[in-house]
Order: sequence, then structure tokens, then C-alpha cells
Amino acid sequence: MSNVVVKVGVASCGLAAGAGDVFSRVQEYISEQKLDISLVKTACIGMCFEEPIVALSGMDAGTIIMGKVTADSIIESLDDYLAGNPIRQRVILAEKGDAIHNELLANQKRIVLRNCGVINPESLPDYEATGGYTALRIALEMEREDIITTIKDSGLRGRGGAGFSTGMKWGFAFNAVGDKKYVVCNADEGDPGAFMDRSVLEGDPHSILEGMAIGAFAMGADEGYIYCRAEYPLAIKHLKIAIADAEQKGYLGNNILGTDFSFDLHIKEGAGAFVCGEETALMASIEGKRGMPTIRPPFPAESGLWGKPTNINNVETWANISWIINNGADAYKQYGTEKSTGTKVFALAGKIKNSGLIEVPMGVTIRDVIYKVGGGMKTELPFKAVQLGGPSGGCIPEALLDTIVDYDSINKTGAIMGSGGMVVMDQGTCMVDVARFFLNFTQNESCGKCTFCRIGTRRMLEILTNITEGKGKLEDITTLEQLATNIIKGSLCGLGQTAPNPVLTTLKYFRDEYLAHIEEKRCPAGVCTSLLRYEIDPEKCIGCTACARKCPVNCISGSVKQVHNIDQDLCIKCGACYSTCKFGAVKKG
Amino acid sequence: MDSANNAARSFNKVIEILDRYDRNASKIIPILQSVQEEYRYLPQEVLTFVATSLNVSPARLYGVATFYSHFSLEPKGKHILKMCDGTACHVRGSSAVIDALRDKLGLSAKKITTDDMLFTFETVSCLGACGLAPVLVVDEAIHGQVTPEVALQLLDEIVQKEQQHA
Repeated sequence: MSNVVVKVGVASCGLAAGAGDVFSRVQEYISEQKLDISLVKTACIGMCFEEPIVALSGMDAGTIIMGKVTADSIIESLDDYLAGNPIRQRVILAEKGDAIHNELLANQKRIVLRNCGVINPESLPDYEATGGYTALRIALEMEREDIITTIKDSGLRGRGGAGFSTGMKWGFAFNAVGDKKYVVCNADEGDPGAFMDRSVLEGDPHSILEGMAIGAFAMGADEGYIYCRAEYPLAIKHLKIAIADAEQKGYLGNNILGTDFSFDLHIKEGAGAFVCGEETALMASIEGKRGMPTIRPPFPAESGLWGKPTNINNVETWANISWIINNGADAYKQYGTEKSTGTKVFALAGKIKNSGLIEVPMGVTIRDVIYKVGGGMKTELPFKAVQLGGPSGGCIPEALLDTIVDYDSINKTGAIMGSGGMVVMDQGTCMVDVARFFLNFTQNESCGKCTFCRIGTRRMLEILTNITEGKGKLEDITTLEQLATNIIKGSLCGLGQTAPNPVLTTLKYFRDEYLAHIEEKRCPAGVCTSLLRYEIDPEKCIGCTACARKCPVNCISGSVKQVHNIDQDLCIKCGACYSTCKFGAVKKG
Repeated sequence: MDSANNAARSFNKVIEILDRYDRNASKIIPILQSVQEEYRYLPQEVLTFVATSLNVSPARLYGVATFYSHFSLEPKGKHILKMCDGTACHVRGSSAVIDALRDKLGLSAKKITTDDMLFTFETVSCLGACGLAPVLVVDEAIHGQVTPEVALQLLDEIVQKEQQHA
């Protein structure tokens, strides 16, 4: 068999863009032409904006990766590649020679994403070929305390968002007294706008398994759970395959690699509750209960699952472990800042050109992430804000874009690092609407246990809704701020304690927009429909009647060649006239 | 008689599910997930049956079933449309698609299933395919960069197929 390999990215995003058709077409072509090449599936390389993505390798031209591939274009490219001709289609990355996005990868450092989009996630041999499970072998030879010291020395902090020292957390579980201990992987990635964990679970499931096995050995646990949200069916499928293969190969199960260490790993599918990302709620859910948080202490390290010492880490945290064991704490520390070491994966989304997954060393500026790695704005409208940390985070304005990516610097802005969702917004985004959007989310997802979170978020949502509908009063701002403070103080878990952040940061940095909604009954971004007003510019209207014919409620009057007029009392602000007019005579404001 | 047979048959399925999870009360969530996969919702009589079999109170089971958003106590339509309304989708215009689909189907945030039981339309907070926002899932197929026009067209295709079958 020749060395030529065709790799098609078939993660969720690839499939949504049509990678399934591309894969089938190549499969047909190989059998029709009896080609001596291999066709394999891989996951997501992170460039969602270029999906479907196909990589060709094995010829003198080296590895060539193409974007926006179609079932037709791939055959032409494959023929070109096999004939040794230059590829005529869209080449996004090339091992040798130029490609559109070569420099985008050069600005990144990939530790967590090292195998994503490179290996076949359904193949254990592929993972082993990249050095997979060597760290587990090394760890099993180490003293358990030394493993924990190595993780502590690496400076790794919890990537779920809170940023607590992973090594210290492991130390607590190690020191906890108990005949039975558990380790848990929190894969309940619920922040809207974040998909880092999905990509790692889909693209490199063995790295999570290996990290968890190392952690279990170090802390003395013999059983583990991966709590994965049910919205990620492909991730669950890949995890199941990986666990079965690892058990068969002796990396999981009884007497791992011939030692007396045994570790059983289970998958627990979520059932749609954002609050289950909170560790005490997550454990209640594994136990088959309503996922409601409990008061801490006791911390899970003392009394977790079924009352036993339990250690919970996020997907990205676990994915770092084997790299640290293989390369050492010092190698890890060379990336990042003094207090935030290593790298961070971000999911870039919203009005950004290169939406997708990226991994950068801590310490780079947010501006560089957006403009150098993310390619800048997708739309013609200028940048307005970047939302970090999802419903627990905040919106950072242009003036603070030079803030560096580390836990402490981002906290100072009022936002949080969070799990890594970065949603870019342009001038066409209304910040009051964004705050209302997040409050609607947290209000829905509040488990109802703490009064301030349950009722306070609802009150805040009502006030924000009123403001977006033009019914806001000036004193609403003070009420919002008071409620926010009380919700933060009066909530048990992270959901409530951070729920007001999107409102507080938008009030801090975009107060003008709130005032415009309240005092002038105007939405500067033109988003809040109740405050929108469509008017016809008499200078530009030629009386073509196109808008009047399109209007679903017949509120536009005027006959042919006469200036038209919109009856504001009847107008439902659907925008049909605005998009129909070819002369720019309909004004939105 | 036929319906009695059907009922007995479907309870056999529940018993099979209960056995698969060793009638273990800590497996309530996977049990309910399997029951819902079978019936497309959680019928009340099945819930009572499950509670008795697991030796937990019906209240506890009801508590779990109503806590998690994936569980539905109402029957769902034949075709399920899920529109992502995560941050990225919201910023890139999911609201317009939601309005268009609700309008066309005569549904709202509260009423999510059509009277003819053909469609259920739900919004979900994030499907993690933010790079292709806004995202609409029609039954199992994920569609990216959906506009109101595209969404209505997808809906039309299903309606036409259903009419051909009828």
C-alpha cells in the first residue's frame, strides 16, 4: 500500500458543513479507481470557518490541508496531488510552501489540542504512535507524591474557569482518608459559545483517559466518571470506543500494565442542566438525583460521590496531564506567565473571521488573540466588545483589549477567564440585549435552591426586558446594581455568584447604551425591535411601491411615483420594507 | 384487546430497561433516558411503574424528570427541530430564524408541538458548533449558517415528504 493518506475532518462542525458527503465521495472514488491509498477520519483541527477540511499526505509535496472542500473539488485535488501537480483548490495549510493560514498556526502553541485533527480519534494505535500512554507508564513507575508534586510545580490551574491549582486539589484528595476514592472528569460544557471540551473529547479522547488514569493512580482512586453533556453525541461515541479499546489493551481496568493498580472508568450522560457543571451538583446528578449544589465544606476531596473522597477536574485540565508528565513541570512553565502557566484553549465565535478553536500560551494579549490568530472582524462594522466566560463572564471593551490572557488580569476587568469561550461582537450588537440574553439563560438554569439566585435573576431579567422594550426607568440601573450585589452574596454556587457579571460589566463599560434605551428610548445598535423605527426618506423614495407590496400588515401608504409613508402605529417592525427597498430609502433607527 | 396487548408489550420494554440498569436507583437518569428513547417522552403510568420498581417515591422520580430539560412529560412531534440560541448563534441572528419557524408552525416558547403532532420546535442553549452559527438541527442532521429562508425551506421539504407518504 502506498503512503498516501486522505484525512477528512468529521467532527460535529465538519459534519454540519458537509464533511460526510466529502468522505463518501472519496470512498467511492477510491473503490471505482482501485486507488492504493488510505482514507481515514479525523476530528477538528480548530478551523471551523474552513470546514469541511481535508488533509492529503504521503507524496513529495508533503502534507497539504484544504478548506471549504466539496464532494467535487476533493476529487480534482486528489488527482492533482497524486500526479504531483500543484493543488488548484483552496490550500489552507501546507507543510512545504505557502498556504493561506500557515501563520495562524505559527502564533499558537498546541498542548491540549496536539492531536486534534491530526490523529484518528477512533484509533488507539494512532494515539500510541504520537507517544500516547507513555506518560501513564512513566507515572506508574513514580512515587505517587512525586506525581502530585510535578503537577503542583507545573503551575497548572483548573481550566474549568475557577483557576484553582490542580496540584493542590490533587493533594487534598491524596491526603483524604478513605478506602474508596473517585476521580471525575467534568465534561458538562454548558457555557453557550464554548466548545473546547467537545473538540478535545471528539478529537483526542485517549488523552483524557490517560490523564484520568494518572490522576487516579496518584490520588489512590480506583473508579472514575466522565460526566458528558448529552448534546455531544459524537464525543460520547468516541469516548465509549476509547474506553473499550483502552480496557482491552490494559490501560484501564484491572491490573493496569501489569501493576496492582486498577481503575474503572464510566461515562455518565447529562440530561440538560447547566448547573451540573458545578461540582457538587454534578455529583448529585451522577448519584441519580436532581442536580442541585450543596454547601461546601465539606469539599468533594473529603466527601464527594457517595460520601467518598472525590477529585473533579475539567476536560482541558485532564488533557494537560500526560504532556506534563512526559515533558516535566519546567517545560510546561516555560509557557505562560508566572501565575498562569501553560496554554489556554479558546473557542472563537461571533463576528470574528476565523471562528474556531485556538490554543495560545498564557500571557498573550486579547487583542493578539482576536486580530493575529482570529483574523479580526468578519463584518464591516467595527469591533465593540468581546465576551469572555459565558454567562459567568463579562464583556470587555476595545480599551481593554491589551489585557493579557491570565486568570488574574482578566478577573480585574470584571470578566473571568472562564472555560474559554470568546464571542466577538461588533457595533451591530446591542449590549443591553446581550446582558438580557445571559440573564435569560441563568434565570432558566438556576436550580432554585437559593432565593436570590432564583428570584433575583428573574427580577433582573424583567428589568432588562423592560429596558429593551423602552419601558425602562433611570432608577432601574440602581436596582440592577443592588440586586447584582445581593445575588453574588446570597448564592451558594458559582452559577448564582457569577450570574450578574454580564450585567455588571456591560453597565460598567457600556452605560451609555443603557441610558440611550432608558432616556431616549433608542437602541443604538438597532437590535431591540420594540425601539426600532422604520421611516421612509422622502428624498430617496421614488414611489416604486415595492415596500408597500411586501409589508405584511399593509401599513405603508402611497401610490405609484409618490413618496410612501409608514404608519408607525400599525408597523410591526419586521424589517421587510428595509430589506426590500433597493434605493436605501427605508431608514432604520 | 389489541391495546391491552400493546400496553403489556410496552411495559415489557420498561422491564427490560430496568433490568439493564440492575433496578439501581442511582441509575435513575440513564433509566429515564432509555424510557424516553423508547416512548419519545415520559408517560405518567410508566413513571409510576418505574418508581415502584426502583422502590423510590413517585415524587422523587417526578423531581428528577422535571429538573432536567431533556426529559419531557408531554409527547413530542414526529420531527424535532432544535434551534441553537447560544451566544454565538444569538449574535449571528438566531432570533430571526426562531421567530420565522414559530410563526410558520404556529408555535411559541410555551407551545412547542404542533397540533397534528408532526413538529416539535425547541431552542437549545449551545450545541458547540459555534463556528457555523447559527445552527439548526433537523431531526439528526446539523445545518450551519441558517437563515430564516433556509430554515423555512428545510421545513417545506419535510412537509412535502410527509404529504407524499400520506
